[in-house]
Order: sequence, then C-alpha cells, then structure tokens
Amino acid sequence: MTEKVLMKGNEALAEAAIRAGCRFFFGYPITPQTELAAYMAKRMGKAGGVYLQAESEIAAINMVYGASAAGKRAMTSSSSPGISLKGEGISYMAGADLPGVIINVQRGGPGLGGIQPSQSDYFQATRATGHGDFHLIVLAPSTVQEMTDYVFRAFDLADEYRMPVMILADGMLGQMMEPVVLPEPKTELPEKPWAVTGHRGERPHNVVNSLYLKPEELEDTNIERFERYERIKAAEQRAEEYLVDDADIVVVAFGASSRIARSAVNKAREKGIKVGLIRPITLWPFPVNAIGAAADRAKAILTVEMNMGQMVEDVRLAVCGRVPVEFFGRAGGIIPTPVETLAAIERIAASLEGGAR
Amino acid sequence: MAPTVNILLAGFGGQGILFAGKLIAYAGLIEKRELSWLPSYGPEMRGGTANCSVCLSDEPIGSPLVLEPDVLVAMNQPSLDKFADAVVPGGKIIVDSTMCQRLPERDDVDIFPVPSTQLAEDNGLKGLASVILVGKLLREIGFCDPRALDEAIAKSVPPKKAHLLPKNRKAFEIGMLNEDGESVPVCSLPDDWAVE
Repeated sequence: MTEKVLMKGNEALAEAAIRAGCRFFFGYPITPQTELAAYMAKRMGKAGGVYLQAESEIAAINMVYGASAAGKRAMTSSSSPGISLKGEGISYMAGADLPGVIINVQRGGPGLGGIQPSQSDYFQATRATGHGDFHLIVLAPSTVQEMTDYVFRAFDLADEYRMPVMILADGMLGQMMEPVVLPEPKTELPEKPWAVTGHRGERPHNVVNSLYLKPEELEDTNIERFERYERIKAAEQRAEEYLVDDADIVVVAFGASSRIARSAVNKAREKGIKVGLIRPITLWPFPVNAIGAAADRAKAILTVEMNMGQMVEDVRLAVCGRVPVEFFGRAGGIIPTPVETLAAIERIAASLEGGAR
Repeated sequence: MAPTVNILLAGFGGQGILFAGKLIAYAGLIEKRELSWLPSYGPEMRGGTANCSVCLSDEPIGSPLVLEPDVLVAMNQPSLDKFADAVVPGGKIIVDSTMCQRLPERDDVDIFPVPSTQLAEDNGLKGLASVILVGKLLREIGFCDPRALDEAIAKSVPPKKAHLLPKNRKAFEIGMLNEDGESVPVCSLPDDWAVE
C-alpha cells in the first residue's frame, strides 16, 4: 500500500485532481478554499498543465468551458459567493453537455456571509446552480481521504455522463489535515470524439453549443438530458450506512456534519438508544433507495445539517410521510457539537417512548 | 491501545501554534494512528489569536474541532482565560508562563507553567517556545514515543530551513527535561538521545 501522508483537505483536492488527469485549473482566490489554488499554482506547471488565476470567478468557469470543449480535463474551485458567480457558466456547461469539475468549499451565507464552514449551499448544488432545467452530479466528502477519492472519481463521472460534477465540501474539511493515501496517477483518459479539436478536413464539424432557437430542438436536448439523468439516478446513488439495521432512529447527515452525527450516534448507543446513521455520498442523485429502505424499518428520522434545513426536504420526499422526519442544524458557520446533536437524538427517543407507537 | 487525546493549542499568530500542532499530528501519522489537525483560519490569523485543534485516537475521529480539550497549551493570557474553563476535569493545562501572569483557579486539572518564551531566548532558540511546550506536553501526557516526535520534527522542518533542525530538537529536549517539583514524567527521552 502507498504511504499515508498528512495533507490539508484543500491540498488533497488539488493533488487528486492532477492525478486524475486534470491539466487545466482556473481559479480565483477566496477563503476558505485558497490553499487549493495555491497548491495548483505550485504543482500544475510541473505536471505539464496550466494554472491560471482568472480576473474573476465568471472568467474562470468560462475558461473551464473552453478547456473542456477542447476535450481536456478541467476544474475550477471557489467558496459559496464565488460559486454563485459561476452559476451562469455552469448552466452553459450543462446546456452544452460538457464535463468538468467544480469544487465548492462552502462558507456561511447568504450574501458575503462569513468564512467559517457551512452546508448552506445544498439547495444551490442540488436544485439550481444556474438557470434552466439541469442537474449536476454532487458528491459530498466527509474526510480528507474522501476529498481525494471523490475528486478522482468526479472526473470519470463527468466524462462518462458528459456533465459537470460538483464536490460539495466546506471550510472545515478544506482547512483540516488528516492522513491520506493518494491514488496512483491516471495514465489513460477516455477518448472524446465530440471535442472541438480541429477536424483537419477529415470529419464533419463538432459543435459545442447551448443555444437552440427552435423550441422543438431545445426541448429535444432537455428530454435527452433528463433520460440520461434517469440512468444516473438508477446507477449512481451512493450512501454509507452505519448501525442502521436495528435502528429505531436513523440520523441522515452528509459531509462535515456526518462526522459529528456519527460521534453522537456512538454516544447514544452507549446510552442504549437504537440509532444509526445514513451518510449520503451523492447529494444528486439523492440516495432515495437507502433512505426509503430505512424509513420502512425505523420509527423516526433526524436530519443534521450545517444550515437552516435544506437536505431535510429531500429526506422528506424519500420518506414520503411514512415516519416523522425531524431536523437539527446550526447555521452561519457554527459546527454543531456532538453533545447538542445527542440531545436532539434523545428528544426524539423520548417522544417515541412517550408516544402511541 | 493508547487513549484518545484531544488537544487545543492557542496563542498569538507567529508563536508557532500551528507548527506545534503539526508536530503532534505528524507523530500520530508516524505511529499510524487516526488523527486530525484543524486550525482557526481567516483574518484572525494575521496578527491576532491563533488556535489549533489536534485529535489523536485509535478510532475514526468525529468532530475535529476540540471544544472540550483533554489538554490545553496556552501561549498567551487571552487564550488561557478563554479556554481554561473548557478543559475537561482531570485534564492538563500547559502554560507559557513568560506570557501568562495569571494562572487559572481550578483544582480539578493539572497546571504546568513553563517559562518557554524565556527558556527559548536564554538558549538561543528564539521562536521555538512552542516546541519547548510540545516537549513538556509529551513529558506530562506521553501521547507518543519520543522517537516518533523526533521524526516528526525532521519531517516538519522544511528542507530550506534544515539548519533549524538541531535547534528544534534542542527545544524539544528542553521541554522534555522541564521539571516542576512534584510531577513524575509519564514519558522520558530515550537513553541514547543526543542533540548535535
């Protein structure tokens, strides 16, 4: 096995991207993701790629559009307010069926907000990163190792389905160091016969475009894209389950808050409360199958997030009224503590005992 | 199996708080343990207060943010005042007593004042007070093998600053040898320990 090294989450994202074959990185500094761009500035040239600090976030995402249209693996990264700026470009990429990886190391919002960790861009990532009918594949790492593994996987998913993939991290995961095993660099990348690389008179023109003035044509592209989304929903849902089998209460939490939730679950188990954890790895496609199955067995579900309650809506859709779904969260850059998360679990346990069930 | 230990290091920016945390984290890496290192970040790092959470464990680490430390290393009075009450009963507080005049009034924790900034200056180790405190921390709680920490120092001092390696080791040694009357060290330097 390769040696474990100690890395910041932001640095691990960057190194894994390079190892996944990304040779074009376009960024713009913003706390708490700046180390990612700084690492790229240092390493990308040596890897034979291009690191470019754009004049704005908007420019950076459009550079990703360009590099991706030319068939190259390209990435940009930012934090919440910067991702809002990239929204238009991401929508264009979706409309043009372009792969690409976008990293959001979230901070508290709305507006300029703060710089401490948050998960308040869940809606933005899974519902409406930009205008128009489209989705991103959204992956939510919870450790520095997963930052590495998921960004490595993100490039493959993006190429396979020809769509942008987002890594939804946060300031805590970006700033912290943990031991990590880095993947072996990729030596072979998929062919991209659709890329605009010059036809040399040997084939018809390839066109990368998101403008369709005839509504019938535009509708066709939407329908084709949503058929693809259905295939992704069937094939790519991922979730980690922890002590779920005999659980009366199932906690659902992703990313940084899933770590706190896991500590709280362990403490609740010590107190004899039958509780488990489902950690969605893909936020889109949302792991409705895992959560639906849990709703068949459990008596109540608790969603824990670092926001005012966003993923809880997807959990409620998956549960479809079968059991009560409660929410506990902290916002504005506050990381919930295991103690207060345990208290939320205990409140539900008490209500189950006192209730008619 | 070594116990889980949650450490909070706090002081001014520039005192070596993050570096000291990194030494502890690397020692954990070398001993193949689970660990996390989480700095405070943002504008406060530029001349203001700096703090850093380090967790060492044999289990996967939940929250990397240490709110109730087993050990607090405080390098200035505001940090000591802010975090002393958060230390768990039975925990330990290591204080840079050059920088802190008032010690916390708690009798349910062990408090170890070490004049580390003064000791660093007296020994020509300016800027390495935090490494002295890491030595003291290891002496009092024994979170790793001293050789692992020595290796961690070698890993953490960048190649460009290789000439500072002996100074870092010396600072670590001063901390490991720091007595304060009653305490019996949990961890001692190996017999064949030598600083060039």
